[in-house]
Amino acid sequence: MEFAFTEEHLMIRDSAERFLAQVSDSHAVRAAMNRPDAHDPDVWRRIGQELYWPALMVPERFGGMGLGFVELAILLEQSGRFLLGSPLFATTCLATPALLLGHNEAVKAPWLGSIASGETRATLAFASAPGLNACSVHTVAEPSPRGWILNGDYAQVIDGASADLLIVAARAPGTQGEQGISLFALPGDTPGMRRDALATLDQTRRLARVELHDVQVSEAQQLCGPGQGWAVLRDSLLIATAGLAAEQTGGAQQALDLTLAYIAERRQFKRTIASFQAIKHRCADMMLQVECARSAAYYAACVAQERLDPEGDATVAGELEQAAATAKIHASEAFFHCAAESIQLHGGVGFTWEYDPHLYFKRARAGEHLLGSPALHRERLAAQLLGE
Amino acid sequence: MKIGFSGADEVFREEVSGWMAEHLGGEFAALRFRGGPGDEHSFPEERKAWERELAAGAWIGVGWSRDHGGRGLSISQQVIFHEEYARAGGPGRMGHIGEGLVGPTLAAFGTPAQQQRLLPGILDGSQFWCQGYSEPGAGSDLANVQTRARLDATGKHWLISGQKVWTSLAHEADWCFVLARTEPGSQGHQGLSFLLVPMAQDGIRVQPIQQLTGTSEFNEVFFDEAVTSTDNMLGQPGDGWKIAMALLGFERGVSTLGQQMQFHNELDEIIRIARANGAARDPLLRQRIAQAWAGLKVLRYNSLRMLSGPQDGQLGREAMIYKLAWSTWHSDLGKLAMDVLGDAGEILDSAPYQLSRLQSLFLFTRSDTIYGGSNEIQRNVIAERALGMPREMRVMG
Repeated sequence: MEFAFTEEHLMIRDSAERFLAQVSDSHAVRAAMNRPDAHDPDVWRRIGQELYWPALMVPERFGGMGLGFVELAILLEQSGRFLLGSPLFATTCLATPALLLGHNEAVKAPWLGSIASGETRATLAFASAPGLNACSVHTVAEPSPRGWILNGDYAQVIDGASADLLIVAARAPGTQGEQGISLFALPGDTPGMRRDALATLDQTRRLARVELHDVQVSEAQQLCGPGQGWAVLRDSLLIATAGLAAEQTGGAQQALDLTLAYIAERRQFKRTIASFQAIKHRCADMMLQVECARSAAYYAACVAQERLDPEGDATVAGELEQAAATAKIHASEAFFHCAAESIQLHGGVGFTWEYDPHLYFKRARAGEHLLGSPALHRERLAAQLLGE
Repeated sequence: MKIGFSGADEVFREEVSGWMAEHLGGEFAALRFRGGPGDEHSFPEERKAWERELAAGAWIGVGWSRDHGGRGLSISQQVIFHEEYARAGGPGRMGHIGEGLVGPTLAAFGTPAQQQRLLPGILDGSQFWCQGYSEPGAGSDLANVQTRARLDATGKHWLISGQKVWTSLAHEADWCFVLARTEPGSQGHQGLSFLLVPMAQDGIRVQPIQQLTGTSEFNEVFFDEAVTSTDNMLGQPGDGWKIAMALLGFERGVSTLGQQMQFHNELDEIIRIARANGAARDPLLRQRIAQAWAGLKVLRYNSLRMLSGPQDGQLGREAMIYKLAWSTWHSDLGKLAMDVLGDAGEILDSAPYQLSRLQSLFLFTRSDTIYGGSNEIQRNVIAERALGMPREMRVMG
């Protein structure tokens, strides 16, 4: 047991921080927001082909670096701090875990290879209706002579319009709940797939509605068959939840840091407003929440790492649902709280488009509901704790 | 960064749980789940005997280095010890001030002679300690300590006069560590020294304080020319503030894990009641129960971060938030307990004022956010020391 960053971790963090300070400052974030895919393709190329971030967690036998989810969480914390518009989250936290946990080597090997090389932006689509359980998978996979025919839709798919690869969930006709769910790998240009980007409150991350109209898929595209799909989907979503918590922790930290910088300069009553105890105490409460979120996010990252490792510690991996929920609750609420406080403590300029607090505030609100709200995760925990 | 326990750790877990099962019975059976926060006044003699039982099993100072007579256990094994201790219902530790605060402070600041003289009494469960920091005029403003110490005519003894307050278990303690002003006319942090004072002497009078719980864990301690040898000063005259602050740093150490396991037992009781009385069907209470559970996990993760960092008495960022985090969490738990109990929460175990465990929790947690540095002081410390914000203006004179 060693719950602290190693020297190598600190190097990963520091180099990510230096890179992102260059390519994702306020000006760059706003430029990315105005692009159709909400990211700068040149920055993504550098991330994929010079920094190898998408390759980080991919095993060496698939052409990746074979590092763990903790290292990825360190990058995600920094990308959240700098509001990086990027396919990084969907590719590494949603699609990659599904591929890693999936069963069909013929699907895994080529796609993990092309993710690791930085060529493929990927995502995961599963829910037709709001919710985070198996019942929200409505898309149907009807057996056909050449495999299956998929029909259905997905409501809010992260980077759904721009991804080169979509891992999609679909269920066998007539099945319900956790039964009969399969996962398939669909290239972005699959015939019969329609993708519409949605206009979103948070402009730093794109969501899309994806529809499948008589999409023909073959055996070679099936990542997990019915009976295996739900377990892989469930754990992929929990791993993504842990990753999102790391990203949110970074956002919360930056909302605090922006605020500290501003209030150290802003003078009223002939003193900096940072010298008022009313403000100091609010900043102390922000830091309390950020540090709690950080502890929870990294604990969940350690658990996710054991789950992804075929030889990982099964006892630790068994904590995935609880650890991901604990991290999501704390990181979501810390981020929202800090972003809201950031607007308030910036005063009037905090309400302008020009200053950055609103970007964090909107990202915080979006993340709070992504992959399950704190209330949803608490209700799930309650059901377990109360033995239901 | 790696969590989880090795095979050797699991063998160690068996050893601890086996020892607890074997020893926490018979004459000690009545102590199970007793003597925790809000219940520290219960069974003092029996709990002292239990400390000696622990000592015989070499379970005191498990995290101390071997050089100082401890077991030098890894963090994992310390975590396991505390988990199994609490799971078995191990009673609140009479020796925690000695083991958790005095021992590490002696190890850091004591001379070899002081360590050899004083550490064994902690390790064998024969010597109990209390803390002489707060005074009527030095609460949040601890540096305003007015208790004074002067050398007697021989130059071999310090004579201490003044008053300390909120001293837990002073009536059960053999020793008190006292922050006293040894430089006449000095102010604030300057001129303070750290003295170790034997309690059994005429110059010391202990008077219990009746708390809003009706019980008395805390005391006033009056010093009237109380005597201690010059050998019993830790560090040099004038080092008192530095040592006093380092000691508070050690307070955020491994003992936090034992505290959390007691919290866990409290939460388990609340959950049992919620299932039995139907409160578990209330959607808002369900949210609060889950929040309490997740919050306790985060306290644990914070502790694991603290313990994995340097153990030098310096406060890292996660350590600076720790007191504010747990005290707020625990007082919320006290309120949750009463909301789960509902009407039953109003009825005492017996007249005149015998509280149930959860009533005691509810009332006692009001002190958590005050003692050991109030939440307001914690926020000042976080803002100034962790966030680098401007310091509060101090009125001199």
